[in-house]
Amino acid sequence: MAGANIQLDGEGRLRHFLTTDGLDRRILTEILDHAESFAVVGDRPVKKVPLLRGKTIVNLFFEASTRTRTTFEIAAKRLSADVQNLSVNLSSTTKGETLRDTLRTLEAMHCDMFIIRHASSGAAHFIARQVSPHVSVINGGDGRNAHPTQALLDMFTIRQHKPDFASLKVAIVGDVTHSRVARSDIHALKTLAVQEIRVVGPRTLIPAGIETLGVQVFNNMEAGLKDVDVVIMLRLQRERMRSALLPSEQEYFRCYGLTEERLKLAGEEVMVMHPGPINRGIEIDSRVADGERSVILQQVSNGIAIRMAVMAMIAGGKRGAA
Amino acid sequence: MTDVAFQVEEKIAEIVSRLKQFLAAQHREKPLVMGIHTGGIWIAERLRRGLEIAEPLGHLNIAFYRDDFSRIGMHPRVTPSILPYAVEGRHIILVDDVLYTGRTVRAAMNEIFDYGRPASVSLAVLIDRGGHELPVQADVVGSTLLLKAGEHVKLLGPEPLVLEIRRS
Repeated sequence: MAGANIQLDGEGRLRHFLTTDGLDRRILTEILDHAESFAVVGDRPVKKVPLLRGKTIVNLFFEASTRTRTTFEIAAKRLSADVQNLSVNLSSTTKGETLRDTLRTLEAMHCDMFIIRHASSGAAHFIARQVSPHVSVINGGDGRNAHPTQALLDMFTIRQHKPDFASLKVAIVGDVTHSRVARSDIHALKTLAVQEIRVVGPRTLIPAGIETLGVQVFNNMEAGLKDVDVVIMLRLQRERMRSALLPSEQEYFRCYGLTEERLKLAGEEVMVMHPGPINRGIEIDSRVADGERSVILQQVSNGIAIRMAVMAMIAGGKRGAA
Repeated sequence: MTDVAFQVEEKIAEIVSRLKQFLAAQHREKPLVMGIHTGGIWIAERLRRGLEIAEPLGHLNIAFYRDDFSRIGMHPRVTPSILPYAVEGRHIILVDDVLYTGRTVRAAMNEIFDYGRPASVSLAVLIDRGGHELPVQADVVGSTLLLKAGEHVKLLGPEPLVLEIRRS
């Protein structure tokens, strides 16, 4: 998917944010640094800065989401933007036409930025190619393709605890095939020059040829967790059971569930991450999810700072702006 | 290049004594000092020590309050503002190195008010270089320098503090 060029303007600044694939280390680090500055806004008496005053941001969600939509909304409001949430039920009509018409309607309302969540891979890119020059698009997750703000908040959370990326071993565990988070995380970890990236899961949930992204594949959970510094658990979507990719939830937990016993195989200071929402007792044991190695709730807070950083970088410094 | 003999530390000592008179005349007790990133912070720290104020220095970084954001965009590496106290009801001494257009001071005041409602805000600057674009005046000024077009003044520091006038 051609992602890199459309995301940057002529001066190499962020114009859309669609995927971590093709963004260089300079841009990713810049987002993390800005997020660090924005993180403290949440601790102030007035949790607001006036950077995006007068801008209109539309959360355009074609797929259900709670934390992504909410944290985008809070982030936009902390930047003083006006936010409109739109949940669109995708009908079975031709997708392209539906999207295009929706966009035209919204553009007529003079919006400055769209946050897109869509079940189809490539939807955010498609929309970014359609919008007028003054409108920017942020991908809030599209199909199996990408979820770049989730990846950046994961990198931010890792950096808070373990700033030396080059020394890290990171395991991404679970349903990699259907996970946009896994893809975006892998690209970001690769760009930030993490020492070793592992994907761990049953053969049926690891896409063939994923090694070409520069990751090591482990079908054995114990071997995959050995000595890692970070474990990123993926949500197991229950509908996978019906599609015969897995025998049962109990069987999955027995083989790939993250338990306290298994976590002992990892490095002593291991961090446990999960993009949420978590399935307790399916991919992760409650004692691990709520345990002292877990940073799952920090990830949620960090999501606000990352989304503020991305929105501010996109909205600021546009040529021709007043 | 520096073409004026300018003793920064001496000027700061002068500002301290004038600030003492100013605060006494205005009955502003127990003031807090806040510096604007970066040069203002260096000067503010010296003023805080000179005024024998025990409370820590406030650091203001007005990057999120700039009025040219939509044109210029985000500044790289914004060190966050640190106000280690409540500003509500307090007398604030706001400090910057150079007063020019007044836009930085306006942004700083907007930020201060997001932390609370101070009893007063006074402004102390090392240099007033003229060219104000807003009705902003300092209460205490180290020196007034009227610069020609194309001349810029910059404070280098933090140790030692050196004032540099550049021609672009």
